[in-house]
Amino acid sequence: MKPTHLFQAEQLVAGYENKTVIQDVSLVIPSHKISVIIGANGCGKSTLLKTLARLIKPTSGTITLDGKPLGKLPSKPLARVIGMLPQSPIVPEGISVADLVGRGRFPHQSLFGGWTKKDNEAVAEAMRIMDITEFANHPIDELSGGQRQRVWIAMALAQETDILFLDEPTTFLDITYQVEILDLLTDLNRKHGTTIVMVLHDINLSARYADHIFALHQGKLVAEGEPSEVITSTLVKDIFGLDCTVIEDPISGSPLVVPRGRYHVNQEV
Amino acid sequence: MNSSNSLIPRNFTKVLIICLVLLGICVLASLVLGSRLVRIPELIDGLFHPDVDSYGASVVRKRISRTVFSLFCGAALGVSGALMQAVTRNPLADPSILGVNTGASLFVVCGIAFLNISTANQYIWLALAGAAITAVFVFGIGSMGRGGATPIKLILAGAATSAALSSLVTAIMIPRSYVMDQFRFWQVGSVGSATWSGIATFIPFLVIGVLTAILTAPALNALALGDEVAAGQGVRTGTLRLVAALAGVLLCGATTALAGPIGFIGLLSTHVIRLILGPDLRFVIPMSAISGAIILTISDVCGRLIGSPGELEVGVVTAFIGAPILILLAIKSKVRSL
Repeated sequence: MKPTHLFQAEQLVAGYENKTVIQDVSLVIPSHKISVIIGANGCGKSTLLKTLARLIKPTSGTITLDGKPLGKLPSKPLARVIGMLPQSPIVPEGISVADLVGRGRFPHQSLFGGWTKKDNEAVAEAMRIMDITEFANHPIDELSGGQRQRVWIAMALAQETDILFLDEPTTFLDITYQVEILDLLTDLNRKHGTTIVMVLHDINLSARYADHIFALHQGKLVAEGEPSEVITSTLVKDIFGLDCTVIEDPISGSPLVVPRGRYHVNQEV
Repeated sequence: MNSSNSLIPRNFTKVLIICLVLLGICVLASLVLGSRLVRIPELIDGLFHPDVDSYGASVVRKRISRTVFSLFCGAALGVSGALMQAVTRNPLADPSILGVNTGASLFVVCGIAFLNISTANQYIWLALAGAAITAVFVFGIGSMGRGGATPIKLILAGAATSAALSSLVTAIMIPRSYVMDQFRFWQVGSVGSATWSGIATFIPFLVIGVLTAILTAPALNALALGDEVAAGQGVRTGTLRLVAALAGVLLCGATTALAGPIGFIGLLSTHVIRLILGPDLRFVIPMSAISGAIILTISDVCGRLIGSPGELEVGVVTAFIGAPILILLAIKSKVRSL
């Protein structure tokens, strides 16, 4: 089981150049849980995630890991505790699956140390968890979108971090693969205790797979908590501007958002 | 499943052996072939019997420094190419991408025109200074604005600077025919004028550059997956780019200073290796050194044979050999991007 960490952001303000995207966000990431950041396009979900994963330097406010400011921690040891899978990483042409997964071991290697048995084990384990061992020697170019995404997540797993940030890990995937990826991430969370924080587009899958929801609106954190408490028709109207009915998901019992558009609305509802 | 293959490319041992054999053949060819063909006994005399004073033996001795120099230059250009491509994440980046060659040229031209400089040793420092200042300048421009030194900004800054500097070179040279006379020998690129003192000056740059390249290879591997992945793995992308680019400039600048601008080696040697071994820079960097040494030495030998009884400068030959091979690679769409 992974160790428990206190990962905290206080009065976080962040953005690009002169444009402030994240405004005064304070939050605590629940350890050993799956947290999902939801919100409309352009509300700053990705920016918040990147700032937490220290890819973007905050304009003001602090992010601390176990009480120590992120900026003060040396970057390589920090990369053994928090990992980040961005939305569109670059695939070097001709790279094999095993090679790509192996690149996740970088933070564990010293300048002169080279490759160790432990690196091999971590790579093999990551490929096993993501069920891509059979493709180990295949070039990435030959894989389908869903398989590719599993390879990227395996790379993040090989980094063996306690906290894993993922920016829309299911985008561009068919529904089958979306569910598959989210199941695998849940495996990881349940079996290894990895704290997962991700941005997801699909509010219903978010409601089903999240233990904790952070709802973002125009750069501000407007609600957080368990999906059943947070996801209501009022919240969806507030942050997405969408009329909807929230019912119980017949499979999981989590909230299910049923949108109401201008067409196809039955008389009785 | 044997996961140890994530460490070493499948065919690495085979490729290494083939490359080393080729390297040996190159060295032998470079010692033996030329406007005067050396026979084997003369070769042995020249290499191992310093007391024998035949003409053939002295030809061999003269070719030793030239061979060593071309091996070193080729290796430096190969590694420099691999570094520049990794830093800019552009598979077509040449050491000249940061304006290094033109910067060196401008300083040498200025030296000839305004400071009456004429010896190779003075060229070295001028060319190095020119290369370094230009690279820092380009890097500075490329780092401005959002996102720091992104590949596209570096390339644009490099191209713009190169264009501006080369027009300056022409502007200084045109009204001064004596400058043009001196400069054109340097500008073509040749390893023929190699001296042991020149090689001694070169060695520290080679060692520092290659060591830096090898040590930064794992971090550059992370950078190949994008700046965000690299940052997530604890790589300080700005520092890494600066260090790796400086090493690349050092290697290319020192070579350019001593041999003049030699094109295509940095591009060709890395592409061949990437095609065979895949994109892992821990292997691409050292193997590019070997392939660069092979290609440059072969080109030099070809230049001697084609130009006999004189010789064709290696810079001309590399362009002639390199361009068609690169076009061929591009047509077969086997140019692997990063």
